[in-house]
Amino acid sequence: MTMLHTVNKSPFESKAFDTCLGLAKSGSTILLIEDGVYAATTGNSVADKIKNTSDINFCVLGADAQARGIEAKLAEGIKVVDYEGFVDLVAEHDTVQAWL
Amino acid sequence: MKIALQINEGPYQHQAADSAIQFTKAALARGHEIYRVFFYHDGVNNATRLAIPPQDDRNLYEKWSKLQKEHNLDLVVCIAAAQRRGMIDEDEMKRQGKDANNIAEGFRISGLGQLIEAGIEADRLIVFGA
Amino acid sequence: MAKKFMYINRKAPYGTIYALESLEVVLIGAAFDQDVSLAFIGDGVYQLTKGQNTKGIGQKSFSPVYMALGDYDVNKIYVEKESLEERGLTLDDLQHLVWEDEDEDYAEKDSIRLVSRSELSDVLDDQDVVLSF
Repeated sequence: MTMLHTVNKSPFESKAFDTCLGLAKSGSTILLIEDGVYAATTGNSVADKIKNTSDINFCVLGADAQARGIEAKLAEGIKVVDYEGFVDLVAEHDTVQAWL
Repeated sequence: MKIALQINEGPYQHQAADSAIQFTKAALARGHEIYRVFFYHDGVNNATRLAIPPQDDRNLYEKWSKLQKEHNLDLVVCIAAAQRRGMIDEDEMKRQGKDANNIAEGFRISGLGQLIEAGIEADRLIVFGA
Repeated sequence: MAKKFMYINRKAPYGTIYALESLEVVLIGAAFDQDVSLAFIGDGVYQLTKGQNTKGIGQKSFSPVYMALGDYDVNKIYVEKESLEERGLTLDDLQHLVWEDEDEDYAEKDSIRLVSRSELSDVLDDQDVVLSF
């Protein structure tokens, strides 16, 4: 089974991102949405966690990154998806878990 | 694919309802069926037709009502969560002896069983919340 | 065929309504004969602690409802070990939740399964539907 995880909180405000990372299995996908997109910027204190987790696919919802003006600052290796890409991720994975 | 949504937060306070609308539109555009949208917790507040957002802001309940009409969506507001928060339709208004109702066109009030059923019947359930 | 339903609880009780309304879903959901599990992660573990007394805050305590879950055939209750430890809690700080096994002459069994993060990760991976509140 593969799981799509969504995280919608800034990693600096909530433990949602860390908890998700701790429980996500190899081969699963973490999609950062809403305030969750702040985790995806370069040079922040969680950037290394993403960089060092090579067995999980990281995606970020482009519209949320654009809205927050961080599109140019997104770390390498994080795939940007639009809402239809979000839908495709939901369809491609067996289950969806929202880390609220 | 049949996709169901659960929305846990009200409009404006949190982005969850906006995200859910964008997701719903995209899912329909990709040819999926939206099996049901279930409004829970403060999410029930999305169903009030008495909201008056500023003219230059989005009107979320109208967006839901419009989507419902265009795609025959099943928009279900949890009755237990709704009653706590003063969300009431015409039938409940009469039954409870209240003097007003506020549920917008296209939404229906029903029980929590509708959420479980959505989990059983839909291929995917996705939660938007805070 | 029954689906595997997992309810994920990550929020403390009383400060917000999520814990109570999540419990309401679990009780209703129990009537649907699905394969139900609950997970308590992060501040969610505070939902299960002993000694809750809400008299002074004007709210009804729903702490006793967890004790009744066994009667609803909700008896797979996963508590993440790391979350307890981070909060200075042990299993002894939690209510003793039990269920009666019909197949073994109604023997009383523990409902709480203390699991490590990696064990919980395997449990989550095995679910069909995950509800989060």
